[in-house]
Order: sequence, then C-alpha cells, then structure tokens
Amino acid sequence: MSRSLRFVPIALLALLIAALVWRLANPGDTVIRSRLTGQPVPAFTLPAALPGKPGLTSADLTTGAPRLVNIFASWCVPCIAEAPVLGALKARGVAIDGIAIRDRPADVAAFLARHGDPFERIGSDDTSRVQLALGSAGVPESFVVDGRGIIRFQHVGPIEPADVSTISAELEKAQ
Amino acid sequence: MIAEAGLAALWLAAALSLLQLLLMAAELRGLVAAARMIRAVAVVQGVLALFAMAMLLLVFVRTDLSVALVAANSHAAKPFIYKLAGAWGNHEGSMLLWVTVLALSGALLALFSRALSERTLVAALGAQGALALGFYAFLLIASNPFARLDPAPAEGRGLNPLLQDPGLAFHPPTLYLGYVGLSVAFSLAVGALLTGDVGAALARAMRPWVLAAWIFLTLGITAGSYWAYYELGWGGWWFWDPVENASLMPWLAATALLHSVAVLAARGALRAWSMMLAVIAFSMSMVGTFLVRSGILTSVHSFAVDPSRGTFLLALLGLYVGAAFLLFALRTAALKEGPPFELVSRESGLVANNLLLSVILGVVFVGTLYPLFAEAATGEKLSVGAPYFNAVAGPLALLLAALVALGPLLSWRRERRPVPKRLAVPALIAASALAISFIAAPGIGILPRLGLVAAAWLAPASLLPLASRNPLRTPLATWGMVLAHFGIAVALTGMAADSAFTRETLAAARPGETLRAGPWLVELRGLSPAAGPNWTAVEAELRASRGDGVLVLKPQTRFFTAPPTETNEAAIETLWNGQLYAVLGKPDGTGRWQLRLWWKPFVTLIWFGGVLIALGGLLALFGRAWRSFRKRHFA
Repeated sequence: MSRSLRFVPIALLALLIAALVWRLANPGDTVIRSRLTGQPVPAFTLPAALPGKPGLTSADLTTGAPRLVNIFASWCVPCIAEAPVLGALKARGVAIDGIAIRDRPADVAAFLARHGDPFERIGSDDTSRVQLALGSAGVPESFVVDGRGIIRFQHVGPIEPADVSTISAELEKAQ
Repeated sequence: MIAEAGLAALWLAAALSLLQLLLMAAELRGLVAAARMIRAVAVVQGVLALFAMAMLLLVFVRTDLSVALVAANSHAAKPFIYKLAGAWGNHEGSMLLWVTVLALSGALLALFSRALSERTLVAALGAQGALALGFYAFLLIASNPFARLDPAPAEGRGLNPLLQDPGLAFHPPTLYLGYVGLSVAFSLAVGALLTGDVGAALARAMRPWVLAAWIFLTLGITAGSYWAYYELGWGGWWFWDPVENASLMPWLAATALLHSVAVLAARGALRAWSMMLAVIAFSMSMVGTFLVRSGILTSVHSFAVDPSRGTFLLALLGLYVGAAFLLFALRTAALKEGPPFELVSRESGLVANNLLLSVILGVVFVGTLYPLFAEAATGEKLSVGAPYFNAVAGPLALLLAALVALGPLLSWRRERRPVPKRLAVPALIAASALAISFIAAPGIGILPRLGLVAAAWLAPASLLPLASRNPLRTPLATWGMVLAHFGIAVALTGMAADSAFTRETLAAARPGETLRAGPWLVELRGLSPAAGPNWTAVEAELRASRGDGVLVLKPQTRFFTAPPTETNEAAIETLWNGQLYAVLGKPDGTGRWQLRLWWKPFVTLIWFGGVLIALGGLLALFGRAWRSFRKRHFA
C-alpha cells in the first residue's frame, strides 16, 4: 500500500467530522421551500375532484388577477383547522382554487359540506404528481399565483388567522 | 443515597480507566510489566460500572422521583418490566448502559484472554480504558443519569407509550451488546498495531468477540425490525431510516470482519485489511451512537436534539477514530505480508465477500449521510429514500447471496476439485424457481424475482459443506456456518415474498361491511372499548375468512394517560404461509372507520431467517469455545 493511500481514511474522517460539525452548528430547518417561487406554474390538467365543480388546469391560473391555490385533502386534520380561515379570505374577495390530494369525490364533498367550501375550482390529484411538481411537500400548503401564472409566495402548513395579513399582502403585491 | 452511590461508582470507574491508560503507557515504554495489574484494574472497573447500572435500575424500580431522570421517564403506575426498560429508554440511561457494556467487555477481555501476548493484551486493555474514559467523562459532565430534582415532583411523566412494549425491553440492550462488543475488536486492533503483533494469535483472540457482537447485532436488528413492523403499524419491516442504517452499518462491517478474521486466523493473510475493518466496525458503532444521540438526521427515531451533547460525542468520535486511523497509517508498513493464495481459493472467496460487504456498507453510509453533505455543500435539501437503497444495495446483496453458495466449497490456498459439478442440484432448483415464478407470478418486480431465485439457489447450496461429511465429526463451527448461510436464504425468501406478493387494502368501513385483502374477506363486526393497566382503547373486531374457518382480529387505537399519547396497536394473525395484519385508524365522523389491511405471504421468514443466522453464529461461538476448552484441559 502506498504511503499516501494509508492516510485516505483520516482524510475521509476529517470530511465527515466537518460535515457533522456544520450540521451541529446549523440545526436543520425542516420546512422545505418550493424552488418554483418566482417561476411560472408548471403545466398541468387535473380532473374535477367532485361533480358540480370544475377541475383545475394551469391555464385557469393565468386569468390576469392573483389567485390562491390551496393544496388540501379531506383526510388532513390541519386542513380542518385551516378551513374557516380560507372562508374568511374568500369573504374578503380572494379567488381560491383547490387541489385535493389522494382523495375521493364523496369524501371531498363531505369535507366541504362540513367545513365550508371556499373554492372556485378543485382539481383532483390522485397521485400527488401535480403537488410534487409545484414543490409542495405536504398538506395543507398554499401558493399565491399572480395573474400571469407565476408563483409569488408559498405558505407551508395551515393558514392560521395570524397569517391572513401576510397572505393578503402577498396577494396585493401580486396584483 | 442509591443515586449517590451510583454516581460515586462512576467517578471511581472513570479514575480506574485513566489508570489503565497510564499502565499501558508505562508497559509500552518498558517501565513496568503491567499485565497482572491492568487485568485487575479492568475487572474492577467493569464491576463498578455494573454497580452504577444496577443503582440506576434500582431507582427506576422504586420510582424515586427525586432523581430527575426517573421523573422525566417513569411513572408509578407503570408495569414493572417497563420501569426497568425505562432506565435505558432515555438518553442518560442508555449511555450508562453503553458504558457498562464497554467496561464489562474490558473486564471479560482481561479475564479470559489467554492466546495473546502480554504486551498486546496490556495495549488492548489500555485502549479499552481510553475508550471508557471518554464515555465516563461524557456521562459525568454532560449526561449525569443520577442528577437530583429538588423539589421532587408528585408524579413522573411516564415513558413514551411506543416504547412500552416487550420489544423495547430487549431491543436496545441487545443492540448495545453488539455495538459495544465491537469495541474489543477495536481495542485489540489498536493494541496489536501498537505492538506490531498482528497475526493468527490476534485473530483467534479477536474472533469470539466479533462473533458475539455480531450475534447480538443480528438479533438486535431482527428484533428491532419486527418491533417496528408490529408496533408502528406501518406494515413495513425496513424503512432505510438513518437510525436503522446506523445499526446496519456496524453489522455489515462486523460481518466482513468476521470473514476476514477467519482468513487471518487460518492463513495469517489479510492482516492490514482486518485491522482496518476492526477499527471501522467499532467506528460505525460510534457513528451510529452519535447519529442517534445527537438527533441531527431527520428520523422516525426522534430523540431529543441536544447540540452540546452532540458536540461532545463528535469530539470523542473524532479523537478515537482519528487516533486509530493515524496509528493504522503509521504502523501498517511494519506489518508482514501474509502468505499468497491463488485466484480460485477460499481466501479469494472471502476477499470477494469482504469487497461486496464493504461496497454495500459504503452505499448505505453515503445514502445515509448524503442529504447532510449535499446541504452542507450546496444548501440544497433532499432526502435519500428506499428507492436508492433498494436499487443500489439490492443487486449487490443479491450477488453476495449468490456467491455465499460458492465460498464454503472452496479450499484454502488453491482449489483443485471441480466446484461446478457439486452445484448442479442448486442450479437446477434455482432454474426451476425462475421458471415457476414466471408462470405463477408473471407480474412481480425484477428484484423480488431475483431474490426468490437467489434464495432457491442458496438454500440447497448452503447445505453442501455438510454433504460427504460425517455429521458427528463435523465441527460445530461448520454447522454454525451452514445454519447462518441457510438463514440468509430463508430471510431472503421472506423479503422477496413480502415485496412481491403483499396485498394492501386501505378503506373506510361501517360495522357490518366486508373488505377484501388478497385472498381474505374481512368483515368489520363492531367496535368496543378496551382498557389496560395504563391505557384505554377503541378496539375493532374483525372476522377474516378465505373459505375455511374464521380468524378474529382485534386491532386497537390506544390512548395512554402518561404521557397523553395515542398509538395504533396492530392485530397480526400469523399463519404458516403468511401474516394477516390489521390496523384501526380514525373514524371519519359519519360512522365509518379507517381500516388498513395487509396480507403478507411468508413475511415471517424474514425474522425467522434472522434468528437462524444468529443461531448459526451462536453454534460457531460455542463450537470454538468448546474446542479450545477441550484442548486446554484434555489434550
């Protein structure tokens, strides 16, 4: 074995220790941000999540006015907590579209009947494909999309009453 | 007083481990002949650590709530066994268990090591003392398990209910025996590098330690896998979670070491490589302990994150592994080359085993730490999941399983006999398995199919070393090897069958409704309340049938009072050809309940195989111990 080769383990160990020290010094932030903020919404077409309400396509997000896209599911408990806040946003005139993740029409209908329906359109994303394309890691999440279909802001987790001002300001900025 | 006695024992033990280090230095400089003294010191140190651990168990059994650790992790209303398990189901207690095993290993090494030269033994015990000293310091400075709480609370917080399970009572101690048992291999390697005494005698001294540690690791991983399978209610048995990987990595290194030490013991070859593996195996144990205890990787094993403790452990890790690697770099040139061997020989078979195991170890290591490296280097967040590990480590493991059939049939130095002929029967069976799998199950994935074929090849081939031998005159160690290799085929069958044939049903059902899960029709009969010593539950009654007879399954959602937590208690019905697995979820508010049902054909073979592998190791360990005992006393 050549002399330099024998020191390879120490070099690798140093690298490992350096990475671990870095991690200890910078505890991880577990929120994963979408890299699409500032980018156009990827093209997609989602079928209607329940009868009587249209599905959602990326073209529906380029209407000239900012919209809020809410990623939700009937099986998601934080989404229940978020529902009244979305209702309040709608009452202020915010246009909201939904994407239902891995859901069934009957369950979505029951969820909306129980917790209110703030959505103009709801697309059904059975495989999470569109969710992942948007850069969303979980439910609920919301995106502010401007009138040209560009994602301006991402909110991870349920929108709480305290977040309403931030969301409204982002929608204002996206005008 | 009990807690103070434990603490005092820890301080004394720390002082003795320092003494061990000093005695080693004196011996290596030729100042004293320290062998007798260092043996005695190591034994007393082990006894003191054991005493401290016993004191911790005692304060937990008595639920002494003036001890902070007890107040934070126990509860007077807990069943006795979980009071005991609570002692190590937390950071401080588990680190004390760790050090206790370390100190006891040192004591056993001091008591029972005869084959080694005195200088090497002193050096090894000094290295073991150095290891212990660092971890005593960690306990006493950063993780005192005996710290008092003033005033004492009226009631404790209780143990995490997920951990209130017989699995916990055995899983961590078993894994720790494995993790820390490898410390002796590390110390022996360091000692031998210090004295330049690397050879067959060292290998023979090291082998029982590696074997014992490996048995415990195998059992610990098997038990942990089964525990996750039935307690977490996810229906899976391996998730490539960082903490699972942290236990797999030392196992992979120990498996490689076990085989390379065999070459060193029998032929005196692979000297430097075996020393490197011995260092790496225990380093992986320390990396594993660090990853688990610092909580820096995102994992389901969410232990409390504490940066100061993490820093302390990392410093120890860097110090010990760095020193051992440095020693290796400086001393390997002085090691003599072992005798040569030909391309087709037992030696080269074991080298192939070592290469494959090392590459798999590298794959798991990189996959586990890659998210960390990527974020450190580019700031990008990503996670490495099962698809990577299965795609990269899977084929390598299959190749290894296929080669396991060959290795034991080769002779040392040079193979003269025609091996292929003897493998005709296994080859025929494997080919039939392949054909049958295409006819009976055309749709299964390529990895599970190859897994079934590899198992069909290995199972008969692993028995071949017994053919043409008189079973009574065959050494126990050979029986052990055959059993362990056969166990691989059994476990592989279970893994492949589970991933190829599992049927999953997720549905919401009202009482009276019937669901289908694979060949089973499962009726939800009703729901009723249930209660245990420290929990209440909603219990579903399921009736499952597939034509003949009815099985009753009762999955529960349990609500624990201390600490207030909810867990899913899966109901698992084991049949000879698989398991029916049911988990009760939430009600949807309209009278329906979420149910998750799995039919898992032959899944139990995974853990049965794991137990066979460990039993094989046990046979080999006993066989070798008996042989050396007989040699000493009757020869």
